[in-house]
Amino acid sequence: MRAMVYRGPYKVRVEEKDVPAIEHPNDAVVRVARAAICGSDLHLYHGMMPDTRIGHTFGHEFVGVVEQVGPSVQNLQVGDRVMVPFTIYCGTCFFCARGLYSNCHNVNPNATAVGGIYGYSHTTGGYDGGQAEYVRVPFADVGPSKIPDWLDDEDALMMTDALATGYFGAQLADIVEGDTVVVLGAGPVGLFAARSAWLMGAGRVIVVDQLDYRLEKAREFAFAETRNYTHYDDIVVEMKKATDGLGADRVIEAVGAEADGNLIQHVTAAKLKLQGGSPVALNWAIDGVRKGGTVSVMGAYGPMFSAVKFGDAMNKGLTLRMNQAPAKRQWPRLLEHIQAGYLKPSDVITHRIPLEHIAEGYHVMSAKLDGCIKPVIVPGTD
Amino acid sequence: MPYTASKPPLPETPEQLRARIPGWGADLDPADRPSVPRERSDLPPTGAHWDFPDRQEETYPRERSIEHEMLTPVFGTAQPPHGLSGAIRRYSYERFSEGRAAHWLLLIAADRVDAAGAHLRSFATLRPDNPVTETGVLSELHRHPVASRRGRVDVRHQPLDALIVAGPWIAGGAAAFALLRALRRRR
Repeated sequence: MRAMVYRGPYKVRVEEKDVPAIEHPNDAVVRVARAAICGSDLHLYHGMMPDTRIGHTFGHEFVGVVEQVGPSVQNLQVGDRVMVPFTIYCGTCFFCARGLYSNCHNVNPNATAVGGIYGYSHTTGGYDGGQAEYVRVPFADVGPSKIPDWLDDEDALMMTDALATGYFGAQLADIVEGDTVVVLGAGPVGLFAARSAWLMGAGRVIVVDQLDYRLEKAREFAFAETRNYTHYDDIVVEMKKATDGLGADRVIEAVGAEADGNLIQHVTAAKLKLQGGSPVALNWAIDGVRKGGTVSVMGAYGPMFSAVKFGDAMNKGLTLRMNQAPAKRQWPRLLEHIQAGYLKPSDVITHRIPLEHIAEGYHVMSAKLDGCIKPVIVPGTD
Repeated sequence: MPYTASKPPLPETPEQLRARIPGWGADLDPADRPSVPRERSDLPPTGAHWDFPDRQEETYPRERSIEHEMLTPVFGTAQPPHGLSGAIRRYSYERFSEGRAAHWLLLIAADRVDAAGAHLRSFATLRPDNPVTETGVLSELHRHPVASRRGRVDVRHQPLDALIVAGPWIAGGAAAFALLRALRRRR
C-alpha cells in the first residue's frame, strides 16, 4: 500500500508499505477514505516529539471502510463506513471505566502519562497512522462508530479530533450564560471551540491569532470578535481592555507547543527542543483570564517541561483544565447539533491534497501558505 | 470595572445572540454537555466484551516505560528499535522513568541518530533521500509565498527551519569532502 512516512525533521514522503495485519483478535483494518493533517502533526513533523521514528506513518484523523476484522470483533462488519476517534482505548481499564477514554492504560506501553494515539510517535504507543491507504484499528468494538448515512466523509472526519476537541475544550471551560470567552488560536480546534462556546451560552467570544485569514474565518464561521496580537504591543493588556479591566471569564488555549509571540520561548521549544512546548499562548491565557476564572488547555505539548507562569495561575486562583478529548463521548450530541443545522464541520477544510503529494501538504500547513487552515489527504488519487 | 462588584455589561442580550448565532445556548444546561462531569462511571456501554483484553502476541522484546508494571495487552508494532538509535531508546526506556528529563532527551537524541542513519542508508538504495522533494518546498512556487507571509511574526524565525533541514546536509557534505581530500593527500 502507499503510505506517508517520516524521514526526519521537516521531511516526509510516500512509500510502499505492507498492508497492516490483524495483530489482536479485536483489531480491524480500515481502508482510508479521507485523512487530515492536524496542527499537532506539525510537532512530529518538526521533530519535537520524542521517539518519532524514521518510517513512522502519521495521521490520527481519518475515516474509511472496514476491510478486515479480527475473530473477536462483534460490532463492525467488512464494508462498514466508520469514523475512528484519534485515541485508541480498551473500554475497560480504570480510566476507561470512568469515561477517560483518552487516558486508557492498556494501549501504550511506552508511556503512562499519555494514552494511545494513531500515528503519533512511539511516545503514544507506536501505532502507524491513517495518512495511508490502510490502517490498523485496535479495539474495533470500542473506538470506531459507523458513520450515519446522512453524514458525509469530510464532516465525519472533523468529528474524529478537531471538532470533538474544540467542543470538549469549551466544556472544560465551565462556561455559564453571559461569560466572556477568549479563544487563543484560530486553527480548526480554536474555530470549533469558539462555535461551541456559543452553544454553551457565552455572551462574548473573542478569538486571538496572528494570521488575518484565520481571523476572518473566525468572524465568518465562529461569529467571533477577533484580535490580531501582532497589532498590539501587549495582547494581555488588550484582553484586559476588551473586558473593562476584568479579564476574560474563560480562556481556551488552542495553540500548543509551537506558539509564537515570544521569540525566545518559540526558538527554545520548537527549534532547539529544550522545552516540551512554547507556552506563550498558555501564559497569555493565565495572564488574560480574570481572577477565579478557568483556563481550558486544548493545545498539545510534548512530555518535557515548559516555562509556564504557574505563580500567576496560583495567585489568581485559576482553574486549569485540560486533557486529550475523549472524542467518542462527544459524538451523539455533536451529531444532534449537526443535524439541527447548528454547524457544518467541513466548513473549516481549505485544501484537499492527494496522498502522493503529502510533502506539499505538510509544507503548506507548516508554513501557513495559501490560506491553509485544514488540509485533507485523499488516498488513491494522483 | 473590577474595582466594583458589578460585571461589565455585555454588548448583546441573549435574545439578540439567539437570533444571530445558530444554536446559541443549546448546551446551556450542563446536563446537555457530554463531558460534564468529565469523570463518570454511568456512561453507555463502550462495546468492550472483556474485563481485561486478550493479549497481543509479543513478537519482539517490546520496549516499555518502567512506570508500567507489565506490557500493555495491546501495543503498536511499527518501527521496532534497531541499531544504535534502538540501543539508545532501549536504554532510555529501561533506565529512566517518564519523570526524568534524561528519558526524553535520550529519546530525542535517538531520533537524530535514527534520522542520520536512515539518510546514509538511503544512499545505498534506488531512492536516496531528497530534501527538496521531501520538504515539499517546491510547493512555494504556486502557494503565494510572499503574500502568505506578509505581516507575520513567525517570519523572523522561519530561516531557522531551512538551517535545521539544510545544516546537517551541508555539514555532512563538508565532512565527506574533507575526508576525501585527506585520503587523497595521504596517497
